[in-house]
Amino acid sequence: MPPAPAAEEFDLATVAIRDLNAALHAVPHGTNRRHFRVTNPRGAHSIAVGLTEPVQVDVMGPTGYYCAGMNKNATIEIHGHAGPGVAENIMSGVVRVRGNASQYAAASGRGGLVIIEGDAATRCGISMKGVDIVVGGSVGAMSAFLAQRGTLVVLGDAGENLGDSLYEARIFVRGKVASLGGDCVAKEMRANHLAKLDRLLKAAGFDADPGSFTRYGSARKLYHFHADQADHY
Amino acid sequence: MEEKPTAGPVLRESATFPPRVVAEVHRAADEGVYEIRGFGAKRRLPTFDDLVLLGASISRYPLEGYRERCDTDVTIGTRFAKRPVHLKIPVTIAGMSYGSLGTRAKGALGQAATMLGTSTTTGDGGMTDEERAASKTLVYQVLPSRYGMSPDDLRRADAIEVVVGQGAKPGGGGMLLGQKVSERVAAMRDLPVGVDQRSASRHPDWTGPDDLQIKIEELREVTDWQKPVYVKVGATRVKYDVMLAVKAGADAVVVDGMQGGTAATQDVFIENVGIPTLPAVRLAVEALQELDMHRKVQLIVSGGIRSGADVAKALALGADAVSIGVAALLALGCNRAEHVADYRALGTAPGYCHHCHTGRCPVGVATTDPALEQRLDVDVAARRVRNFVSTMVLETTTLARACGKSHVRNLEPEDLAALTVEAAAMARVPLAGTDWIPGWGKSG
Repeated sequence: MPPAPAAEEFDLATVAIRDLNAALHAVPHGTNRRHFRVTNPRGAHSIAVGLTEPVQVDVMGPTGYYCAGMNKNATIEIHGHAGPGVAENIMSGVVRVRGNASQYAAASGRGGLVIIEGDAATRCGISMKGVDIVVGGSVGAMSAFLAQRGTLVVLGDAGENLGDSLYEARIFVRGKVASLGGDCVAKEMRANHLAKLDRLLKAAGFDADPGSFTRYGSARKLYHFHADQADHY
Repeated sequence: MEEKPTAGPVLRESATFPPRVVAEVHRAADEGVYEIRGFGAKRRLPTFDDLVLLGASISRYPLEGYRERCDTDVTIGTRFAKRPVHLKIPVTIAGMSYGSLGTRAKGALGQAATMLGTSTTTGDGGMTDEERAASKTLVYQVLPSRYGMSPDDLRRADAIEVVVGQGAKPGGGGMLLGQKVSERVAAMRDLPVGVDQRSASRHPDWTGPDDLQIKIEELREVTDWQKPVYVKVGATRVKYDVMLAVKAGADAVVVDGMQGGTAATQDVFIENVGIPTLPAVRLAVEALQELDMHRKVQLIVSGGIRSGADVAKALALGADAVSIGVAALLALGCNRAEHVADYRALGTAPGYCHHCHTGRCPVGVATTDPALEQRLDVDVAARRVRNFVSTMVLETTTLARACGKSHVRNLEPEDLAALTVEAAAMARVPLAGTDWIPGWGKSG
């Protein structure tokens, strides 16, 4: 069996973001050019955004805003901390952050898996629409705000107003929750939830007991306007 | 024997609590929630009707009305986009969502825009295949809710519009009541069927103009810098918003005045937030001029545009194009005197209906109910919109020729006078018969 081709390297000390993304967008469907390394990212914005092919991209350092934004099919690994909006609106594929993630991680994500090995700041999973997010550390305030679909797993603690105005997304937290947002309540952990959580933890590479988590979801009291719920609006 | 009429009691209406206000107090007391409705502001506001055009005579030379050319084309997105949008006319169709409107209405708007050589726009809920197929030039909105947001749709759009605000509700989010959240709408928006859908008022992944700049760069990177990026704001602090949008890298700015329509918003919001379109145009133009970006960043104005006269006046004040929403829906068939019993069932009548929020649109425009949607004949409705907008354009060129202009973009503030002190101050053109601009001293 021939050895896998070496990773193609883009050194952002000399290559512009435009050229990097143009090259990644130009990868032909079904190619054996499958592995790319981005060096010297130095907090640049919009690294590897809008990818569509199932390639592996390793970003060797910290990123700025929107790294891996709107990803489809690609596996993108950030070997450092990620700036705001990492993997925003992800459609599919996998994004892994080896460090911490700034605010809005995986905002409005519609599919795929986002793994943050460290902590995630405020509004992690805001407006999420189907993405699965696994955070090895803790998440900041207003995480899963307006979350519609998908799953947020937090191995550490959660900040204030977790899951405010939640729709049908599921949240699993192993540690403490500072406070729950409007319409977010603790719910019974049933067998199907334990199985789903177990699958996600394994996919993310975390060794943790699903039974040690608490599940949170929507009380569904704000789904329709009602005078008696006016204090929550 | 005929009964003689007797004088009834003299009823004295309260100026503070007229019957309309009394009824609203009673309604709120019964229901405990604000009124939600569609359409736009119903109160009297300063409008383009308060301006007149100064046709040519001895000091200006008119063009022959039916013989000499008056061109109407406009190009949007010349600042950064590799593929700017070229339109045959300066009238575009504003963003209206699938969900607030049905598939057939969206399709008819797309067909009409294609026949006219102009663009139409998606809305809060994503792009449908039918709308894309019907529309030669389609602007894709990126909204705070991000319902249905897809990079594939970004790539298949002709332009991108980042919606920061809307004239009917600047600072507020959209609303789609449960009765309109059908299975297809729910699937597109990743929501349960039948829930009241409350859109966010802030984007989930950026805050402030510096972030917006980075967001626009990301959208350009995803689409390889092909598409023009518009930024749409509801008219409030227009000067600052336009300047910040330009600083953030917009190719075009859309300014939507408070007469702009909505499918469902709180009445208190529609009637009390924002400024009218008339002063908004002038403020936006001044902002662009101050940055030396007028005509470099295109200005699209919307909010209560109804006629060629409105178009001509907006262009004369410095807009590059206008956008129509409610007027386009009326042309489709909204508020037509058909299925009158269904209007009555909603407690309204043709000409007065603002019940887009209910999903029970009697003419099949603002609904996703399959049976009601069938009432809209797509081809007939598209032709009506084409006819209406063509009439607007004819009116615009008629007025432009009368002012001696061979292209509608050559209309200028000097071609205008105001009929009211308020309009003179807001549009910054002289009061008719004077050289006085309130707050500005003498013109020129």
